[in-house]
Amino acid sequence: MSQESSTELKTTPFYNIHKELGAKLVPFAGWDMPIQYKGVIQEHLCVRNGVGIFDVSHMGEMDIRGKESKKLLQKLVTNDIEKMLDHSILYTVMCYEDGGVVDDLLVHRFSEDHYFLCVNAANSDKDFQWVRKIAATYDVTVSDTSAETAQLAIQGKDSEQLVQRLCDVSLNDLRYYHFKKAKIYKNDCIISRTGYTGEDGFELYTDSSLAEPLFLKILEEGKSFNIQPIGLAARDTLRLEMGYALYGNDITAKTSPLEAGLGWVVKLQKDHFIGKESLNNQKEAGLKRKLVGIKLLQRGVLRPHYPVFAEGQLVGELTSGTFSPSLNMGIGLCYVSPEHSQVGSRLTVGIRNQQVLAEVVKPPFVPPGVKHSLG
Amino acid sequence: MEVPKDLRYTIEHEWIRVNGSKAVIGITHFAQDQLGDVVFVEMPALDSQITREKTMGVVESVKTVSDLYAPATGKVIAVNTDLETQPELVNSEPYGKGWILEIEISDPKELESLLTPEKYSEQCEQEQ
Repeated sequence: MSQESSTELKTTPFYNIHKELGAKLVPFAGWDMPIQYKGVIQEHLCVRNGVGIFDVSHMGEMDIRGKESKKLLQKLVTNDIEKMLDHSILYTVMCYEDGGVVDDLLVHRFSEDHYFLCVNAANSDKDFQWVRKIAATYDVTVSDTSAETAQLAIQGKDSEQLVQRLCDVSLNDLRYYHFKKAKIYKNDCIISRTGYTGEDGFELYTDSSLAEPLFLKILEEGKSFNIQPIGLAARDTLRLEMGYALYGNDITAKTSPLEAGLGWVVKLQKDHFIGKESLNNQKEAGLKRKLVGIKLLQRGVLRPHYPVFAEGQLVGELTSGTFSPSLNMGIGLCYVSPEHSQVGSRLTVGIRNQQVLAEVVKPPFVPPGVKHSLG
Repeated sequence: MEVPKDLRYTIEHEWIRVNGSKAVIGITHFAQDQLGDVVFVEMPALDSQITREKTMGVVESVKTVSDLYAPATGKVIAVNTDLETQPELVNSEPYGKGWILEIEISDPKELESLLTPEKYSEQCEQEQ
């Protein structure tokens, strides 16, 4: 991937393809990324109904290897690395000492002494510095491999059929949250059964200098499945329909994973990890707020920062909000105090000068298509 | 970019089709293209007054909220209720079935300062 000066936007290996496809490109986390091609709604429904391909090369990747890799990761992340087998993947967060979130990420295990992490684009540098700092006293090598790594996501019920055509290993037995090494078309890849859409699908990691033709090949091969390239706008509507958190919106340094409904990735019985004491204290004291799903009961669009009211009193503001193309309703996420967090609670959202009726929903807003859910 | 010759335009990308003392108003092809998929239109109330160059409603896409500006002053005599269930008509037929409201014009003199199709096309070219 080209590294521009800090005042210019970075571009992925697929940048020229996006331009040729007529994508609307916008800055995102320092990258010039396709926000949409033909249209958000169309792209969203294409993934829900068939298959779509996403350029997610802006995400960060880190390689961790050495004798104390497992020990380091156990300290860094809230989830339990011990249970991991070779070629398995773990979703987790990393916390600060005060229990605030550094990032949410995927840990991939090659072997007991070798892992790679996939982190959010916006946090790539921050996460690398954080990991390197903690790793200083461990017998490990940590490398930032983001620049050499291109990443594509192929999501939708037709993903397996499509990718199998180009893949030299069987995908039928590639289980959710596991990965394999494979040759896809002409490219050596790591292919994982993971995604951010709630549909069956894969994420591919491959050498960025060789990656461009792979995108085109998948588009070509996908024609019989009506494949479309999918932009970041649809990526957001898809993940929000599932209630998946987005760092920077729903989880930040000022939110704890327990409050965000990510208690299932926090293993307080683990020996020690950064933030364990604070999170334990929070749990004992009882959570002061919880992230809930909000669905409009009247027409409208939800957006981050819209204020939320219960019986006329301000109880929070949306951290995420959008219009759900599958439901044709506004949906969002909001931190509220426990007494307003019951499913079905009636709230209102302030949209311009109106109070629009809404209710609390337990995500996902739309049933996931993916075969197994994790939480 | 579609810019019909029988309409007049505003710098904010609204169009107006004058028919005697009445006029139909919507947003242009350029505007809907910039916005992306329209998912919600907030229209002024029937019988309410809209004032030239003041906001009269909102058009929302998934990613943007865009104010609608009145091209002329008048009383709202009809709104396109189809947009409540099919907001995408604004994208597919911005000058036809995607019309937004109809007014009884208060001051025909105001219409003289609207943009001609040629002037509007020029402006769009500059904005691109």
